[in-house]
Amino acid sequence: MKTTSAKRVEIIIEAPMETRLTDALDRAGVTGYTILPVLGGSGRSGRWSREGQVSRAGGMVAIICIIRPERLDNLLEAAFDVVERHIGVVTVTDCAVLRAERF
Amino acid sequence: MVETVLHLAAQNLLSPIILFFALGVAAALVRSDLTFPEAAAKALSIYLLFAIGFKGGVSVSAHGIDATLVWSLVAGVCLSFLLPFAAFGLLRAMTRLGALDAAAVAGHYGSISIVTFVAATSVLQSQNIAGEGYLVAVAAAMEAPAILSALWLAARFAQPDERGPRSRETQGLWREILFNGSIVLLVGSFVIGFVSGPKGLADIESFIVSPFKGVLCLFLLDMGLVAGRGLKASANQLRPGLILFGILMPLLGAFAGAVTASLIGLSTGGTVLFMTLAASASYIAVPAAMRVALPEANPSIYLTMSLGITFPFNLTLGIPLYLSAAQAIGG
Repeated sequence: MKTTSAKRVEIIIEAPMETRLTDALDRAGVTGYTILPVLGGSGRSGRWSREGQVSRAGGMVAIICIIRPERLDNLLEAAFDVVERHIGVVTVTDCAVLRAERF
Repeated sequence: MVETVLHLAAQNLLSPIILFFALGVAAALVRSDLTFPEAAAKALSIYLLFAIGFKGGVSVSAHGIDATLVWSLVAGVCLSFLLPFAAFGLLRAMTRLGALDAAAVAGHYGSISIVTFVAATSVLQSQNIAGEGYLVAVAAAMEAPAILSALWLAARFAQPDERGPRSRETQGLWREILFNGSIVLLVGSFVIGFVSGPKGLADIESFIVSPFKGVLCLFLLDMGLVAGRGLKASANQLRPGLILFGILMPLLGAFAGAVTASLIGLSTGGTVLFMTLAASASYIAVPAAMRVALPEANPSIYLTMSLGITFPFNLTLGIPLYLSAAQAIGG
């Protein structure tokens, strides 16, 4: 099976910032991403959980993009504008995809 | 007066809604695995907003619109704008919070907690006292202005390095605040209740009247869990000055609410509800707005203050106190 190298960018960000981040990605031409709910976790800002939250303010979401390596910088610049001041984690890992024409 | 307050407080403390809240706090403190799935908590809150909005609209439809409604709306918006300034001054005097955190906390105390309002309505019902139905609309109007005051306070008093770089994040913030799901549902249900009137209420009464208190109990159980877990996680942030502020500020807000309500000419029940609105602190709209607009402010301080201190205080002692004060004012 033919595979092609790509980059997997995972951004965990506060739930109230979700739309801002996806809007920034759309503006940067990154139209393919997946948004996942996150159960809970712990970090520099303490523990958090999505269970029983009466407000989304304390929750987090994960946004995952698979992108061609040459488009990575563009994506990271767009994402950084949004995540710079906020609680969250941005990671980039190498991956391989089938059907490269879709990315 | 003191006897009346104690009697009402004792009655209130033994009501199912308070006992379920206490159960939630206790379960959180003993690290029970009792949880409400996010979707269930959301469904309960949708039900409460829908029911309280609809019943408020029906009440206005039955009693008609008068000048007091307009004055109540204007006064509510003014209080929401002004209370954060008093809160900010108190916080700076009583605590060691930086200007940014103080501004963020202050914003919460100008806005309102709809569940505290609902609990006050429930206490009034148990005492057979009616309040003006349109105060639901006043509650919706008081959600947002305090956010503007908090942002102004942060811009005016916080150091540039405390605030972080300016960004475009506040773009779209006002649309999100004014049209957030809670406000749209509350105001929308209010309008639908107003249009459909008592006949409309009769059609859905079995769904929104009888089960209301039971759903409120479940919701408060969840609130107790969230408040208890927040208190446990942020206990090290809670200095005596902050705890004292969390109790003094609602009393100050309630006093301002009482003065305003008597100037407007609200009924005893309306005065209690108006005092409760002025005394309560937001834990839905304002925290979300603060995360977007003032991300450098510490969320564990403002969420713990509003949900862990002021909300339980209002729920257990505040509302009976406001009721006694309103009865004393009303003669």
